[in-house]
Amino acid sequence: MQPATIASHRFGFSENSQQLLRVDPRAWVLEQFKRPAAFDASGLIDSAQALLLTRQVLKAALGAQPPESDKVPKDELGPMTPSRKELRQTNIHSLVRRWQHTIQTPTPVAERWVQFWSNHFCVAATKGTMLAMVGPHEYEAIRPHAFGRYKDLLRAATLHPSMLIYLDNAQSFGPQSRAGTRREKGLNENLARELLELHTLGAHAGFTQFDVTQTAMLLTGWTVGLQTGGKSEFVPALHQPGNKVILGKTYPEGPQALDTLLNDLSRHPACATFMAAKLCRHFVTDNPSPVLIQAVAQRFTQSDGDLVDTAKALFSHDAAWAADNPPKFKRPEELVISAHRMIKLPLRAIEQNVGAVLAMGQSLGRTPSPQGWPDRSEEWLSPDSLLKRVQWADRFGEAHRESTDPRSLMHLAFAQDLSTPTAQAIERAESAAQALALALASPEFLRR
Amino acid sequence: MHHVPSDLPLFLTRREGLRALWGAAAIACAMPARLAFAAPSNPRANSPQRLVVVLLRGALDGLAAVPATGDPAWAHLRGHATADTDAGAIAQASLLPLDTTFALHPALKTLHQWYLQKELVVVHAVASPYRERSHFDAQQLLESGGDRPFVQTTGWLGRALQNTGQPAMALTAAMPLALRGADGASTWTPGGHTTNHQDLMLRVAQMYGDDVPLANALSQAMGQQQMAMGAGEGPGLMGLAHQAGKFLSEPQGPRVAWLEAGGWDTHTQQAGRLGRLLPSLDEALATLRSALGQHWATTSVLVMTEFGRSAALNGSGGTDHGTGGVAFLAGGEVAGGRVVADWPGLAREHLLDGRDLKPTLDIRRLIGPVVQRQFALSTSGLGRVLPGAPVGLLDMYQT
Repeated sequence: MQPATIASHRFGFSENSQQLLRVDPRAWVLEQFKRPAAFDASGLIDSAQALLLTRQVLKAALGAQPPESDKVPKDELGPMTPSRKELRQTNIHSLVRRWQHTIQTPTPVAERWVQFWSNHFCVAATKGTMLAMVGPHEYEAIRPHAFGRYKDLLRAATLHPSMLIYLDNAQSFGPQSRAGTRREKGLNENLARELLELHTLGAHAGFTQFDVTQTAMLLTGWTVGLQTGGKSEFVPALHQPGNKVILGKTYPEGPQALDTLLNDLSRHPACATFMAAKLCRHFVTDNPSPVLIQAVAQRFTQSDGDLVDTAKALFSHDAAWAADNPPKFKRPEELVISAHRMIKLPLRAIEQNVGAVLAMGQSLGRTPSPQGWPDRSEEWLSPDSLLKRVQWADRFGEAHRESTDPRSLMHLAFAQDLSTPTAQAIERAESAAQALALALASPEFLRR
Repeated sequence: MHHVPSDLPLFLTRREGLRALWGAAAIACAMPARLAFAAPSNPRANSPQRLVVVLLRGALDGLAAVPATGDPAWAHLRGHATADTDAGAIAQASLLPLDTTFALHPALKTLHQWYLQKELVVVHAVASPYRERSHFDAQQLLESGGDRPFVQTTGWLGRALQNTGQPAMALTAAMPLALRGADGASTWTPGGHTTNHQDLMLRVAQMYGDDVPLANALSQAMGQQQMAMGAGEGPGLMGLAHQAGKFLSEPQGPRVAWLEAGGWDTHTQQAGRLGRLLPSLDEALATLRSALGQHWATTSVLVMTEFGRSAALNGSGGTDHGTGGVAFLAGGEVAGGRVVADWPGLAREHLLDGRDLKPTLDIRRLIGPVVQRQFALSTSGLGRVLPGAPVGLLDMYQT
């Protein structure tokens, strides 16, 4: 793959032409980290409002029962009440804003960078109280810190109301805390485990169950709820008294211990390697070279987790631009967004697009596990999902056949990387709709 | 992993998603073959005339659909005695004779019957003014009705419909260019695949060629799909033709329907492919007629394609993009039972560029009288619909 194709399709979201970036693809990528385009979050709901709205919906669905929302059975939110409608609209608004931004941004690689971190610190609407919380997590916690320091991003992502609810820390009580002893409620280790395993160190960094439990103790007190006005807060009554020992280091009682722990985790050597490997896998190739991972990890460490420095290390390394790196298979959401971006098609009918992405195997906003969406080709390429992609391309081609001339578009967008079979298939297509379908179902476009 | 998802919907449940995805599919299931049509305000909209236009995308091979058996050069080009083999030829004995020069492909039984009943005109050696061989450009021109591709941005049918108050319906997912410019045009499909999904799948499979992971996954998926759904096709042209006939029979329904079918780009093994495609076209037209019932008497059906194909077969038993081709006009009022052609001959020296049937008739000369019949346009009105077109063919209708 040529550098311009790598920059446009692999690092970004598929430009409609390589003309501008061909001159210096590396500079085109690196410049984006100096001035990433601002995301317009005006008018989108904040997490406190989102929580109140969700509470109304759940209350209506459950009647007098308290919102033990985990117990709301599937599809039993009841009739489409005004608050339910509002909640749905809220989610649609924030998704439309995200897609529009991705389709139109002048800094698509920087946007992929944001979305990488958003997926890394995954939250999902897989339980009742999370219904309206996925969007706010990205625009309140991730976006403001994705070009800052990792430890600040980590803190914002961890303490955002979405994460405290999603990974149950809002319901975790120190066993010897005032509230814990009184209400016979106990510890919940969910956030503690994922903080260590998924967010910072990786599963094989050598931490033990003892470290997880101690981390959970340290995290007690950080909660969110109606009593805190929908904002994250440290509530001393929930906090486990006494020192905690994590990875051999002692942390004192109280809210400040969390900052110390997050700093320590972000400076742990395993964290640098884990972040670097994940970044290289997402941006470069499913099995990135150890040399590249090491270079990125080194800069991450040397810069004390400066994310722009880390990005520079990644995108200025020759191994990231190697022509023979096997390409990645686009996730369904990436596929549909990049189709819009490459065609320069304004976003319409978001629900149809969401439905298409769902049929291809990605339920937006409802990521099935806190690991986030997987990043390896074999997770996405299956006979049925490929068939769904071709069917999507078929309908998309039919619906937007007037939007572009796929013959010239594909030459401009892929230059020398347009394969002969694809060029021929498009050239020989019997209609503009079929040509567009073939372009979107082509190996070049399905992969990146 | 300690987290247990309880699977509540954020945006759509899977069921809702599929509903949104298939769009009209859900409506189609719930709906009998009628839509609610409002009474038209314009009295001209109550015209008894109906018009159905069928566009065959991909370029139907005119010499396969309507072989010129009486042309001395035909036998050399197409008349191989290899019968219904994949060599691309058709057994001469099974052809359905029209006159001393022309016959119909054996699959076009309905058209042959209409011809004998004098309800079908076959137009041969016909083409748009376009002389190059790109599907896209040729379809753009055929639908827009101009002199050159991409000059007109609306369609001839759309311009003809303007101010007539006649509602029109395209049985396609997107509004075809031909109907662009009309106030009262709408679209309808039963959802699911586009009508040409199977052809696309074959092309995708060919495109994946040596790409082993994609080719394997696709062939597995296609096998599963066939097991699950028989042929794996969408509603097909026949279903759409039936629906078009129903719509046109509604008192307040559309007066104009647009149908299209792809798959006609027969570069390889054309005998077998046309052996499937032509019967489906023929059956679709028969279905359309029976769904129209009494309205057949006042209906015109125009069947057209963007260009013809190379006169000789290529090395893969198929034909490549050509120029002169065929069109059909059928209906209860048509002055049929004729082949209209200023036949240029198939001898090599008469072929365009030494390879294609030479077009001797501008297809707009056929479109003109059809539009005239349907919309009773003035001369200047017709000039707006088909700017720069030569004068229309006379006597296409009985009265």
